[in-house]
Amino acid sequence: MPDGASALQLVFGGDPALYAIVGLSLYVSVSAVALAALVALPWGAFLALTHFPGRTFIVVLINAFMGLPPVVVGLAVYLLLSRSGPLGSLGILFTPKAMILAQALLVMPIIAALTRQTIEDLWAEYREELTALRVTPARRVATLLWDARFSLTTTLLAGFGRAAAEVGTVMIVGGNIDGFTRTMTTAIALETSKGDLPLAMGLGLVLIVLIVGVNALAWGARRIGEVRAG
Amino acid sequence: MRAPITDLPLAFEDASLRARGVEIVSNLDLKIVSGAPTVLLGPNGSGKSTLLRLAMGLIRPTSGRVTWGGRAIPDERLAMVFQRPVMLRRSAAANVAYALERRDEQRVRALLDRVGLAALAQRPARRLSGGEQQRLALARALARDPEILFLDEPTASLDPAATKAVEDIVQAVAASGVKIVMATHDIGQARRLAGDVVFLARGRLIERAGAAQFFPSPATSEAAAFLRGDLVI
Repeated sequence: MPDGASALQLVFGGDPALYAIVGLSLYVSVSAVALAALVALPWGAFLALTHFPGRTFIVVLINAFMGLPPVVVGLAVYLLLSRSGPLGSLGILFTPKAMILAQALLVMPIIAALTRQTIEDLWAEYREELTALRVTPARRVATLLWDARFSLTTTLLAGFGRAAAEVGTVMIVGGNIDGFTRTMTTAIALETSKGDLPLAMGLGLVLIVLIVGVNALAWGARRIGEVRAG
Repeated sequence: MRAPITDLPLAFEDASLRARGVEIVSNLDLKIVSGAPTVLLGPNGSGKSTLLRLAMGLIRPTSGRVTWGGRAIPDERLAMVFQRPVMLRRSAAANVAYALERRDEQRVRALLDRVGLAALAQRPARRLSGGEQQRLALARALARDPEILFLDEPTASLDPAATKAVEDIVQAVAASGVKIVMATHDIGQARRLAGDVVFLARGRLIERAGAAQFFPSPATSEAAAFLRGDLVI
């Protein structure tokens, strides 16, 4: 039986290897969410404001892609980045860059789908006013994204939660290389299968604390923003 | 020099709006010209708001037409204040600045001053009271330097003091030469503000007259009933 004390010792003992793993996990997931948001926020807002043939199909597809299996995304990115793949010349397979790319693809549908829903609801409220003010379509998107900013932080957090918690894609495209592409989730999977349960538990604990911490930070920022902006 | 484009007269020619099989506005013939405020008076559901949306160009009639200064497309100098205006999630000053084409702090301050909100410039718009929000919506509409300002029951949910503040602004704006077209079901408000009255019921224009004539001696039994305080169905 692993005892809780050794797990805690590991967490608070200042093990540099552990901190490196925590740091990489954070770096990869935060970068992935940022990259995904850059594409998915405007895309979701655009979908909310426009009507064109095939729109419903795209909306349903994006909603469905929220449940993409991480290993499948990992496999697709693996094929894309492998030496003989179309992006093989980049040479980023088994690097943090590949992990960021894979997680971004995984998270993009979540952010796009939730953004579309949020902006569509807000647009129902704003439509007449912005039309009466003769606001251009591009400015509508910007206005709605800005005015929905507090709801959208929750959307980004949902994306971050998914990215930080998943194992499949980073395992496949990162390779779980010690000191280079090992994240908390891949390390937990490895240590569990090796039987080093205290380490696995310690990492699990850190991961949960980290996710709670990020959410608490975002919540605080949202509250402060709401108080100031009304 | 080119003559400035004008959206007046605003004309409805046999305009109807039908939605899901229900006729909301029927065969409306109406011409609105410059001058004192035109008040659209009538019970709830008489088509006042729809008429304003048609006049603002937000919706198109399903038959007939609406023209602005003889043209099928309005110039940009129309503005509208809704019954429940949307306050953008930012400060009062930023809400006004949003409606301006260029950044102009001085103009923002002047507009806020005009509606008596200069002291609340930095307050989040959504934290303002109902009356203050309505005044901010007026400032935002005025930022567009409108030739015609449409008002859709702007005081429907306000207390008398807030209503007076809004009416005072509306009167000052009208005096400055902006054409006011305002919907209301409040007879007292119509009396206080109207230069002429367009009386509507069930989506139809029932009576059109100058205020001095309409209130003491309405020509139709429906208008007379409405002014007496009867329910006009």
